Amino acid sequence: MTSLFEVMPAETAVDTPVRKLTVNVNGKQETLKVEPRLLLAHMIRQALGLTGTHVGCDTTNCGACTVLFDGAPVKSCTMFAVQADGHDITTVEGLASASELDPIQEGFKDEHGLQCGFCTPGMMLSAKALLTENPNPTEDEVRWALSGNLCRCTGYQNIVKAVLLAAESLQHQEASKDEGETL
Amino acid sequence: MYPSRFSYEAPTTVKEAIALLSKANGEAKVLAGGQSLVPMMKLRFAAPQILVDINNIPGLAFHSADPDGTYRIGALCRHVDLEKDVELAAQQPTMAAAAPVIADPIVRTRGTVVGSLCHADPQGDWASVMSALGGSIVAEGPNGRRTIPCSDFVNGPFQNLLEPEELAVEATVPPPVGTRAGGYLKLERRIGDFATAGVAVSLELSGEQVVRAGIGLTGVGPSTICADAAAETLVGQALDQSTIERAAQLASDVSQPRSDHRGSEAYKRHIVATFVTRILSNLQPATEQAT
Ligand SMILES: Cc1cc2nc3c(=O)[nH]c(=O)nc-3n(C[C@H](O)[C@H](O)[C@H](O)COP(=O)(O)OP(=O)(O)OC[C@H]3O[C@@H](n4cnc5c(N)ncnc54)[C@H](O)[C@@H]3O)c2cc1C
Ligand code: FES
Ligand code: FES
Repeated sequence: MTSLFEVMPAETAVDTPVRKLTVNVNGKQETLKVEPRLLLAHMIRQALGLTGTHVGCDTTNCGACTVLFDGAPVKSCTMFAVQADGHDITTVEGLASASELDPIQEGFKDEHGLQCGFCTPGMMLSAKALLTENPNPTEDEVRWALSGNLCRCTGYQNIVKAVLLAAESLQHQEASKDEGETL
Repeated sequence: MYPSRFSYEAPTTVKEAIALLSKANGEAKVLAGGQSLVPMMKLRFAAPQILVDINNIPGLAFHSADPDGTYRIGALCRHVDLEKDVELAAQQPTMAAAAPVIADPIVRTRGTVVGSLCHADPQGDWASVMSALGGSIVAEGPNGRRTIPCSDFVNGPFQNLLEPEELAVEATVPPPVGTRAGGYLKLERRIGDFATAGVAVSLELSGEQVVRAGIGLTGVGPSTICADAAAETLVGQALDQSTIERAAQLASDVSQPRSDHRGSEAYKRHIVATFVTRILSNLQPATEQAT
């Protein structure tokens, strides 16, 4: 595993007080010792090796670093790892189950919702938060929910289609579940 | 980017937070939503030695009206809490209009209203809204609480009247004397940008007549502008066309915009007048209904 302090000059890290924290990442309990100034994004990438979370602008503008913090989208470049103590984090690696992709991932695949893919993890997590709260969004609502995530490649059209497709397939899943129950 | 070193404290009561701030001799900063402070620390514009994270203090995440009509917003009420409150428009129309146009949806899940007011960014939207509403900040320190009107609270760009050992525990809006009406309009180049120009209007109506008014302007001066003369001209009047035009002109006159990458001075003045007119004109049906 890479060093926790890889992103920081080693000499300042030596006598720095570290704090212990316990955080649930993608359903798995992790206990770590970190310097308070370690950003959540760096904890996720360097300490936990979950490099699906991307750091784009590093200035709170682009949303590439978006993760879910207790279910709500946050910019992980703009929180400290210590703030996650006792909380639940979902990264893009937590979307798929062992056997299948999340409908949002299927949507991005089927609608060609990515080109370079740099913005995609953040896009999918914002979409996840939206669909959890509003399973049947309008196109406007999708655009609104994704408006904090920037994409330099796609022009957004296919991203929006991907999320709408995911919403549709979630509706189908729900409908067939309901049928299953009434039988 | 990473900030310079600091020690981190996560108090669980207001008293504990104040004790930590008092002990720090001005070397501590309060961490609320972190959506302004963390970027500033990463850019090393801010380098506090101690960070007092208030996010673990229960009981600060509220927004509600007291029985006497005073509206209170706790220090951990986030922009999104107001945006998602479907009942807010009926109670606080100016706030309800502003909440969805602050920053972007991801910033809104963390950023707080009180944190915005404390941050005192001259481009911040909440300061105009609170000035229009005649709101105040409630500060708590080792010697108890005091109330500071929002119009006095900011004493310079990114500066406020809080003492280093004080925590802003809530923002308050006084009870209305009439039926509330109002709105917030913001022109931005793209979502997440600060305002090219923003206008907050808060009215209280008795029938058709305006009994109290406040107008706050965002992004068209070195700091938030209270367009008092424009608001005064509405009081005692019904919102007919000539009254609206007069208020729009007075608000435009009191603005002090600078030409920059967001637009020319003349353009921004024009936007101010247009927004005042638009907000006041769209209220008219509600006024008529009330009679
Ligand atoms: C990309 C982006 C776009 C944005 N766009 C807009 C916009 O369009 N309009 C707008 O108004 N804002 C905008 N913001 C700022 C945003 O609204 C912030 O949430 C807000 O300015 C600060 O609130 P916070 O809770 O995050 O405060 P923090 O960042 O935690 O703190 C800000 C400052 O206030 C102090 N502070 C905070 N809370 C308290 C308290 N209770 N008592 C004493 N001191 C306190 C802190 O010590 C710090 O100095 C934007 C931010 C970003 C990153
Ligand atoms: S990397 Fe966090 S917002 Fe761009
Ligand atoms: S696919 Fe390249 S940034 Fe969005």
